[in-house]
Amino acid sequence: MRQAAMVWAVILCLAQAGTSALAADSSAQPVIMPLEQALTQITSEDDTVRDTALAAVIQQGDATLLPRLDEIRAGAERPIRLAIKPVMDLIRNRSNLDDPASHVRRSAATDLGTSGRVVAIPWLEAAAAKEDKKWVRYTMQEAAALLKLSLNDQASKLEAIDTLGALSSQNGVPALQEMMTAGRASNSTDAQKELAKRSSAAIERIETWGAWSNAIETIFRGISLSSILLIMSVGLAIVFGLMGVINMAHGELMMVGAYATFLTQELFKSLLPPAMFDYYFAFALPVAFVLAALSGLILEATVIRFLYGRPLETMLATWGVSLVLMQAARVYFGDLTAVVAPGWLSGGQQVMVGVFFPNNRLFIIALSIICVLGIYGLLFRSNLGLRVRAVTQNRNMSACLGIPTRKVDAYTFAFGSGLAGIAGWALTLIGNVEPGLGQNYIVDSFMVVVTGGVGKLAGTIVAALGIGGLNKVLEPSLGAVYGKVCILVLVILFLQWRPSGLFAIKGRHADS
Amino acid sequence: MSAELNDGQHHLTAGPEEGQSRRDFLVQGSKTAASIGIAALLGNLGHWALSYAADKEPVKIGVLHSLSGTMAISEVSLRDTVLMAVEEINAKGGVMGRQIKPVVVDPASNWDLFAEKAKQLLLQDKVAVVFGCWTSVSRKSVLPVFEKNNGLLFYPVQYEGEECSRNVFYTGAAVNQQAVPAVEYLMSKEGGGYKKFYLLGTDYVYPRTTNKILRAMLLAKKVPEANIMEEYTPFHHQDYQTIVGKIKKFAAGGGAAVISTINGDSNVPFYKEFANQGLRAEDAPIMAFSVAEDELRGMDTTTLVGHLAAWNYYQSVDTPQNKKFVADFKAYCKKNNLPDGEKRVTDDPIEAAYFGVHVWKQAVEKAGALEVDAVRKAVYGQKFLAPGGEIMMDTGNHHTHKPVLIGEILKDGQFKVVSRSKGLVKPEPWSEYTNPEKGCDWTSHQGTYQKP
Repeated sequence: MRQAAMVWAVILCLAQAGTSALAADSSAQPVIMPLEQALTQITSEDDTVRDTALAAVIQQGDATLLPRLDEIRAGAERPIRLAIKPVMDLIRNRSNLDDPASHVRRSAATDLGTSGRVVAIPWLEAAAAKEDKKWVRYTMQEAAALLKLSLNDQASKLEAIDTLGALSSQNGVPALQEMMTAGRASNSTDAQKELAKRSSAAIERIETWGAWSNAIETIFRGISLSSILLIMSVGLAIVFGLMGVINMAHGELMMVGAYATFLTQELFKSLLPPAMFDYYFAFALPVAFVLAALSGLILEATVIRFLYGRPLETMLATWGVSLVLMQAARVYFGDLTAVVAPGWLSGGQQVMVGVFFPNNRLFIIALSIICVLGIYGLLFRSNLGLRVRAVTQNRNMSACLGIPTRKVDAYTFAFGSGLAGIAGWALTLIGNVEPGLGQNYIVDSFMVVVTGGVGKLAGTIVAALGIGGLNKVLEPSLGAVYGKVCILVLVILFLQWRPSGLFAIKGRHADS
Repeated sequence: MSAELNDGQHHLTAGPEEGQSRRDFLVQGSKTAASIGIAALLGNLGHWALSYAADKEPVKIGVLHSLSGTMAISEVSLRDTVLMAVEEINAKGGVMGRQIKPVVVDPASNWDLFAEKAKQLLLQDKVAVVFGCWTSVSRKSVLPVFEKNNGLLFYPVQYEGEECSRNVFYTGAAVNQQAVPAVEYLMSKEGGGYKKFYLLGTDYVYPRTTNKILRAMLLAKKVPEANIMEEYTPFHHQDYQTIVGKIKKFAAGGGAAVISTINGDSNVPFYKEFANQGLRAEDAPIMAFSVAEDELRGMDTTTLVGHLAAWNYYQSVDTPQNKKFVADFKAYCKKNNLPDGEKRVTDDPIEAAYFGVHVWKQAVEKAGALEVDAVRKAVYGQKFLAPGGEIMMDTGNHHTHKPVLIGEILKDGQFKVVSRSKGLVKPEPWSEYTNPEKGCDWTSHQGTYQKP
């Protein structure tokens, strides 16, 4: 298969050389020098001799030649090294076009497209013809079209311009803009004018699609950020929203979840074969949940239990706990810990031209939906949930009816903490695992819960979507810093207007 | 985690994640312990004791690095390095035949505390010299203390320049020894001939000053305004989706590079997002000024491989004295049961902290005294065979002549040197691109002066 492709490529090459369309590249040599002779001449001081030799190496070289070229390069002078390197890249990418791994093929095509070497056009076209992966084929076609723009033949250029337009290729924009500028110049020829006209039409097509794809990506980013906010806030919505406990250590409970993930990973590394490594992440989920829930249980039993109904004292006490936990993490783990995302969660999915969804974000979006559904099921479709709601609405009445309120408090708090652990587990996909992890997220979580309306889960969901979405809509134009400032200002204004948030509990507040 | 992590936990645009004020609140309490009266009393006592002291009394030096708080991750290694250098010198008979006694204090990543601890070192402990600081804001906060009391500080971290203090020796890089050559490399044929630059940093003094200089330089080199993007994110920023999306658009068609002065814990989400959105180092390499071996130690390096950094030293530098230095450092950490022991690595600030101690020792022996002014003059032109190769202190501007090395990040968190400056690069505290009329010289001028 590969042999055939190579032969085919060489034949195509020769055919093109015949039409002298390859004048832009120095490889238009009707007579091909034997490879061994070429290898001795590529270090020649004489530029023309060297270029001829390099062209011959490109024509006949394959990946097996790379070590030899590397040796030659190592011993050569700097200008010669600089001349040999692109040739090596070219040969490497040429052989990578047949690589079994699709991302390697795609990378090779991308590199050839930006290399400016028209000798690669037939290789790319041949590879595209037999490529079965849609996006790899797309990249190959795009790369070939990009290279064709520098051919000396008007018809090929026009064809390439149209192809780039049809492919909605963002990568083609800079070159097309150059053509437009050239066509606008006062001394431009008719041919250039025609190219400029076609280019502008192509750019228009590309930009129109660019605007669409940008909008799609922005929406996706908004949803992705919202789902992160939501995952962070659901635990808080239960602890703070339903129980009225202001737990300043909520962020550190996320940190517990993140470190649980890290520990699971280390265990897998040291105890199990490498083949098992990718499964650690799934195992880490229950570990993170249980450890965080246990921490929450201990926190509730030792600190919070004595402070129900005294929000200020609770806040101070839990803040103290948060400092202790943070420093403990610093002492035991230091700042240098990292979680390696499992293979199936790195990279992403190309869905349309210019629209790329990273796997880890898709995963977190799915996770947040599952979490919310799970919480709803638990709170509104189970006996325990019924008791939790009863206790949060009217503690004394529930106690009279025989509900063990102390136990319910403890379980609810542990459950909220466990959810924080899950958030920490998911956040290891986005950032680093470090003692300050909780601090980075706690303020955002409180903001979401308060904006949504304390005590209403639906409010938390809507607020997360609103804040996340708005943030991503504002950020492109305002920048990250002012986008964030803007969101804060808007939240403050909103709370002036509706002090109890989006979904205020109607009527008299039960526990006041 | 560069020279400049977390400068100013109270910059104006603090995002909501800046929950730092709580921590500051705690430190308020400890501030009241500032012992002004005691310091004065001890100062007198100390003075009296000193005049009484024999020649063989140990020489006290100060070590002013954060051992707790956000900066501990970077600064603890520098304390270890200084102590190791002191141990080395003591083992060889000390300085002028006297042993060195380090006084280690912990300013706890708190900028005000830096100034107080510096005062304590100078007035109460009467140290001959101080080795310390990492962030620019901590340096700026101790500067008046050193200038008022005529102390001596050796500062080991690359920084944004635009400073020329009589009482500080800068053994890290100035902008023209790191950022400028890094961008020049990217523009060169060998570095890839990049034509578009995305300047991305954390929002505070170091990235902004560095990018101001880089922008002036790029414009001077005829890079059109449209090909330079500049963007900042708050501290601890975690969501790089939009920015990576912008970079993707900016890099379409090739020829674009990212210059990153992102700092601290934002680096990880940035590199992760960059890789996850399908961008490769070949599409748009990230040149970072804040990522060195010590920070990479615990990072997941899979997403960083192939990206670049610019420093004056790497652990992988292949010289006999560096092999010895790396082995010594690891052995020192192991011997003293420091966390990670054998697994510890060296990097640029560690090397700069190390040779700073040796340069000071040489200068003291040359001057034959510990007086700051005599030592200061003796430092000028001082040469030392540092682990990364011979360095030279400038004859007047208090900075260091160093080589510049561009490195590529490898899978194991080490760097492969891909480009090296010819010889040593002369430090320019005032950049030729933003302040061409200013110079810094303490031998023939009084610090910063106007060039004729």
